[in-house]
Amino acid sequence: MSVESDTPAKPADGAFASDNRQAVTLGDSARDYVNRLRGGDMGSLPAILGLVVLFVVFSTLHDRFLTTYNMANLVVQAGSIIVLAMGLVFVLLLGEIDLSAGVAGGASACVTALMLIDHDWHWLLATIAGIVVGAVIGLAIGALVSFLGIPSFVVTLAFFLALQAIPLKLIGSGGSLRFNNEVLRGLSIKNVPVTAGWIAAVVIVLGFAALALWRYRSRSARGLVHQPLPLVIIQIVVLAVIIFGLTALLSANRAPNPNLFNISGIPWVLPVVIALLLFWTFVLTRTRFGRHLYAVGGNAEAARRAGINVTRIRISAFVIASSMAAVSGLLAASYTGKVSPGSGGGNELLYAVAAAVIGGTSLFGGRGRAMDAVIGGLVIATIPNGLGLLNQAAYINLLVTGGVLLLAASVDAISRRRRSAAGV
Amino acid sequence: MAQPLLELRGVNKSFGVAHVLHDVDFAVYPGQVTALVGDNGAGKSTLVKIIAGIYGRDTGDYLFDGQSVNVHGPRDVAALGVEVVYQDLALCENLDIVENMFLGREETKGITLDEVAMESRARETLASLSVRTVKSVRQSVSSLSGGQRQTVAIAKAVLWNSKVVLLDEPTAALGVAQTRQVLDLVRRLADRGLGVVLISHNMGDVMEVADRVTALYLGRVAADVHVEEVTHGRIVELITAGRSGDLGIAENPATATV
Ligand SMILES: Nc1ncnc2c1ncn2[C@@H]1O[C@H](COP(=O)(O)OP(=O)(O)OP(=O)(O)O)[C@@H](O)[C@H]1O
Ligand SMILES: [Mg+2]
Repeated sequence: MSVESDTPAKPADGAFASDNRQAVTLGDSARDYVNRLRGGDMGSLPAILGLVVLFVVFSTLHDRFLTTYNMANLVVQAGSIIVLAMGLVFVLLLGEIDLSAGVAGGASACVTALMLIDHDWHWLLATIAGIVVGAVIGLAIGALVSFLGIPSFVVTLAFFLALQAIPLKLIGSGGSLRFNNEVLRGLSIKNVPVTAGWIAAVVIVLGFAALALWRYRSRSARGLVHQPLPLVIIQIVVLAVIIFGLTALLSANRAPNPNLFNISGIPWVLPVVIALLLFWTFVLTRTRFGRHLYAVGGNAEAARRAGINVTRIRISAFVIASSMAAVSGLLAASYTGKVSPGSGGGNELLYAVAAAVIGGTSLFGGRGRAMDAVIGGLVIATIPNGLGLLNQAAYINLLVTGGVLLLAASVDAISRRRRSAAGV
Repeated sequence: MAQPLLELRGVNKSFGVAHVLHDVDFAVYPGQVTALVGDNGAGKSTLVKIIAGIYGRDTGDYLFDGQSVNVHGPRDVAALGVEVVYQDLALCENLDIVENMFLGREETKGITLDEVAMESRARETLASLSVRTVKSVRQSVSSLSGGQRQTVAIAKAVLWNSKVVLLDEPTAALGVAQTRQVLDLVRRLADRGLGVVLISHNMGDVMEVADRVTALYLGRVAADVHVEEVTHGRIVELITAGRSGDLGIAENPATATV
């Protein structure tokens, strides 16, 4: 080890100007954070502020917005947008776009529904079939983009049109397939038993705490860059408050008429979203594949020179996006209880792109996290939810959502410019 | 003379109709610094990229340790123990220093990245290069100055206990002190027995650290000589005119107009 020295007076070889005292105190961390914000590295901050604003506005305008019933509803509505956005993060990371993700989800859900209805397949097999359809679509897009070098914008625009043919052919115009499989439909309309929900919440919080503390110990023991202990503890406390608060909220009986019915527990969608979030966060931040995704998004030529197979990375990103789109299509079908030829062909895609970008994923590639999709997805889902309560006409909803997407993209572009100026 | 560590024989390379390298022979000897000089556009970077496996060659042989080898990409070349610092650096700005240094060759524990091991090794290497100006090894590359990036790119190349290191204008962006450090490093690497290739437009630097000089003129090798055999002025002539006294490309009407 070359750097340990508590005597800053002697700038030994390799004493990286401020490594040894890096963010030892909370104050240092706070200063670092402010500096990064100033430099244009905003992360999810705009989305969190936006969410707070939306919550304040809607809860003052309508007394039923903040009810547990509506909050549970919001979670379920956000599910499919979040999952679609999480898949899109992978292509956005590479500076690409997938305009066909929405309809890929529709086509996949259509296949799953047909397998359930016409062929009596087990729900798990039918789900896998749907996801495989998504993966194949992604493979085709990725291959066209990588091997022929067609811009992804054009390839996926073509797929956006062509893929709508699948459900139209399979279902017929004007028709629809019911989606009432016990388990799949249950994702949206059933809840995790209250006890199981609490156990899961405790496990997640303890798991996060153990990991964060272990990381802190192993890094500080070796004198590597690490966060100060108080900050680690604050992060754990904040997570615990959010997770336990949400669990408590969703564990209360939220039936509009609590004496007649008992609706309580976490909607099944939420564990699905959390599992996907944990999985993809792990892939992005802890594996070579994830590292290579960021590298290709940051500088594809540098990645190629480092021996990374850029083609493979690019194709995988499209496969992941379309497979996640399939999952999202299933969640959407689960929510509405049916699949129709128009499924996924509406605003789903733009909502999801908006969600990812609002959450902090850059349209220019190289920046993005799975978590961005969750935070951004909540913002996007809150808008129609709140406006719906206020009985606003649909056009208002479109206007507001479009405005929010534009705002998010502007924040992205401006902060990118500040980043290159400030070099953060 | 000892056998070259790395050798190219009769290499030709065209980009479409532009014939950039003509029958180039190039050799790198262990323990020696070979300076590759030539005017802008002479083909130095192209030659480096061919050695690095980024460009294929149209004709010609690639020998390593006297054996003919097949290289199909950067990975094969890295496996031979050849590292390159590119003129345009090739760093990912969105990644931090450690991530850049290990790019494509990350250390893992099971399926997860071994950040602790990578950060420790990166630190040791940077410390051995006496890098003092970098604030933290976890700083993103976009926040570094040109010279600091240069140092990271060099550190990335020396991290791997390689046998051959090629540096394409490594001092172009550096201040006086940093240039001094890089030149010392170049010398130290060669003294350790590595084959080092230094591309530079600064003849002072070349005369100081190089053992051999290979001059390219319009994609042809004009001279491949010991540094003691030439003077500053003769190298400049070789670079600008392709010949100098008895050295250089024979006056040939067929090629004189290239
Ligand atoms: N990818 C490419 N496609 C077409 N022509 C190229 C390409 N790369 C290089 N060239 C041409 O090859 C010639 C040699 O370029 P190269 O970059 O090797 O020069 P250099 O000796 O490194 O010059 P400098 O000192 O300016 O770095 C130039 O005429 C350049 O225009
Ligand atoms: Mg060059």
